[in-house]
Amino acid sequence: MSAFLTLVSRDLRLSLREGGAIGTALGFFLVVVTLMPLGLGPDLNLLSRIAAGILWIALLLAALLSLGRVFESDFEDGTLEVLATGSMPLELVAAAKSLAHWVSTGIPLALLAPVLGILLNLDFNVYPALVATMLAGTPAVSFLGAIGAALTLKARRGGLLLALLVLPLYVPTLIFGISGLSAATANAGSFGPSFAMLAAISLASIVLGPLAAAAALRIQLQ
Amino acid sequence: MDLGTHASFIWAAYAITALVVSALLLWLFADGHRQRTALKDLDARGVKRRSAQGSNERAP
Amino acid sequence: MQTLTQRLANPTRFMELSGRLLPWIAGLAGALIAYGLYLVFFVAPPDYQQGETVKIMYIHVPSAWLAMMGYAFVAFSSFGLLVFRHPLADVSAKAAAPIGAAFTLLALVTGSLWGKPMWGTFWVWDARLTSVLILFFLYLGLMALRSSLEDESLAAKLTAVLALVGVAILPVIKFSVEWWNTLHQPSTGFTKSVDPSMRTPLLVMALGFSALFIVMHMMAMRNEVLRRRVKSLRMAEIERGEPAIRTAAVAE
Repeated sequence: MSAFLTLVSRDLRLSLREGGAIGTALGFFLVVVTLMPLGLGPDLNLLSRIAAGILWIALLLAALLSLGRVFESDFEDGTLEVLATGSMPLELVAAAKSLAHWVSTGIPLALLAPVLGILLNLDFNVYPALVATMLAGTPAVSFLGAIGAALTLKARRGGLLLALLVLPLYVPTLIFGISGLSAATANAGSFGPSFAMLAAISLASIVLGPLAAAAALRIQLQ
Repeated sequence: MDLGTHASFIWAAYAITALVVSALLLWLFADGHRQRTALKDLDARGVKRRSAQGSNERAP
Repeated sequence: MQTLTQRLANPTRFMELSGRLLPWIAGLAGALIAYGLYLVFFVAPPDYQQGETVKIMYIHVPSAWLAMMGYAFVAFSSFGLLVFRHPLADVSAKAAAPIGAAFTLLALVTGSLWGKPMWGTFWVWDARLTSVLILFFLYLGLMALRSSLEDESLAAKLTAVLALVGVAILPVIKFSVEWWNTLHQPSTGFTKSVDPSMRTPLLVMALGFSALFIVMHMMAMRNEVLRRRVKSLRMAEIERGEPAIRTAAVAE
């Protein structure tokens, strides 16, 4: 357990030291959200209706930016091989790195979303639901994204390929995240079921994602 | 044959299907031909598999 | 007593067997599709709502089935590679993907052509078309991943992992897309039940298409086996240097 936490905190410290990574993701989030009204027109009524969708999509794209690096630096300097032959199962290594990604990227993005919601005239009553769904959905983004990161480690044009591989995996999270927010906006009763599905998908990703990522990493290290 | 007001859509659908299927088959035949030609060529040059090595091979 | 897959593990044996089977299955496919087309254009009645445009269904639905069947082939082969290390598993997976992707694209195009007379637009975000579109992206991902890696053995295994991840998430995607669809659309879409007089032509076309897929998959597998043979022979040739040089060295 302590080895797991050590790895998580080490990764967090590394990403904080890099600093740029988190800032870039947040900055990208801001830029994409800003582009939307520029592209769609400043009609606040329209924007408030589609705000949830814009925020979620922008968040997914921003998270993708930093996913490539989840295993990359450790792979390049040989640390990954050391970790693979160590006493911690590779599945836990993958889980630790996914968790670090969620803490360093997913959570900040989810917390920034309400601020950006102001730019899109998002209904204030929806703010708690917004943060809740994003915090519940971003683990899936990190843990499923790690699978893509593991698969594309050695690939040419890895970044674009990663996006292509991983975005279909995000469809369920996106759908249930948005449907929860629609329910919250309309004060309908279906927020509960949507949120439950969202959480279930994230939980499943936390358990199964590292299995797939570790399988891919093992193949990469052969 | 009267296929109604939207006949062009029906024809288009069948035509595109025929086109894609034909293209696939064409590619499959062409690729197979390419590989077989390459194999024939290599065989003519006397290139054998490693498993066939060790036997007395005359120079071509 | 060996199982079928065990007996087919030897590439040479596979080539022999498939070479003998191929003409028969091709003949079957041709006959079924010909009969199917006859049924579609001369026997099947127009739909009382859609008129004759329902005829597009006879290629759209089989294409969609093949889209899924193709992915099932890829997933099954990938499982065979990773779990059983079957020698021809990767050949099968690699062969199935582009064919499955082609039929997925066909399903989308014919679905779109079917939709324009029916709903007035070339695209509708209904549950089925959306799911097929995402399936198309899964295929693209498989092919892109494979082509991005030069090491073929590495590409084989990683693509297999991706295929299995895809097959695991597909039901979840389908479910979520259907949920999303019921939230946004009043229920429209295709009539779920097919009139009996239309079932026979549909079944014949579906069987014909399936046989066609098997023919193409087999051909692609045979090509891939040959391609690998060519590649290993070329490498052997390079390793041993030019034949003339080699015999000169031997003569010494």
